[in-house]
Amino acid sequence: MPSPATIVFYALAALTIGCAALVAFSRNILYSALALLGTLSGVAGLYLHLGADFLGVTQLLIYVGGILVLVLFAVLLTTRIGDVQASNRSLGWSAALPLALALGAALVALAVRIDWPLTEVVAAPTTARLGDAFLREYLLPFELASLVLLMALVGAMVLARRAVKEPPRPQ
Amino acid sequence: MSQVGLPHYLVVSAVLFALGIYTVSTRRSAVAILMGVELCLNAAALNFAAFAQHVHGAIAGQVMALFIVVLAAAEAAIALAIVLSLWRSHRTVDVTQTASLRD
Repeated sequence: MPSPATIVFYALAALTIGCAALVAFSRNILYSALALLGTLSGVAGLYLHLGADFLGVTQLLIYVGGILVLVLFAVLLTTRIGDVQASNRSLGWSAALPLALALGAALVALAVRIDWPLTEVVAAPTTARLGDAFLREYLLPFELASLVLLMALVGAMVLARRAVKEPPRPQ
Repeated sequence: MSQVGLPHYLVVSAVLFALGIYTVSTRRSAVAILMGVELCLNAAALNFAAFAQHVHGAIAGQVMALFIVVLAAAEAAIALAIVLSLWRSHRTVDVTQTASLRD
């Protein structure tokens, strides 16, 4: 009888991979976007199963609560109103499928054959260690990431706004 | 299958990455290509986090995964702003029909 941790892992892995397959193969782009929700939640669950508590909750907040909502907005704003179904046709799958299969097989072979130098897994809260890491070794990338976010904010606003018409000047 | 270890997470990450690559290479809609890129990024972040947990003392993997989340948010915002501009000017987000931007 496998342990509960093993059962939970396989359930989360099945959720993640199943929903990712729906994202990849579904014909309706709205179904793909909703399956992406399942994938991101499955990955958050896998982070929690690994013991990365802060990372799992951050994934749910930012990826599911932010990025996925943006993707859903884009999907719903860019489908033609006249279409009954939002189609998601594929292009050149006869070349891409062998490529993806070969890549996946190579990575899986790498993962199972190499003798990784593992150590004992210690389950401990990570928030304090992450805070220390961000303010000591990784301070520069942390500050640069905040600059990148500022640039992305301004850039997205500039790109997405409508052109402002000049009001007619009174003579 | 007795104990879930590092190779199990790496296999999940590999399958997610391959599905992401397939999505990026076969979809017509720019939003669907973005969804494939998100799959690839999540696979990489899961890989980093798995290594961080199974190698003693390394919090760097989780730091990297957090940076991936942050950068993916910035990238999704810009990419979707571009998609919206494209929709406004061409009424399509089909990447096979945007060759006219080259001229």
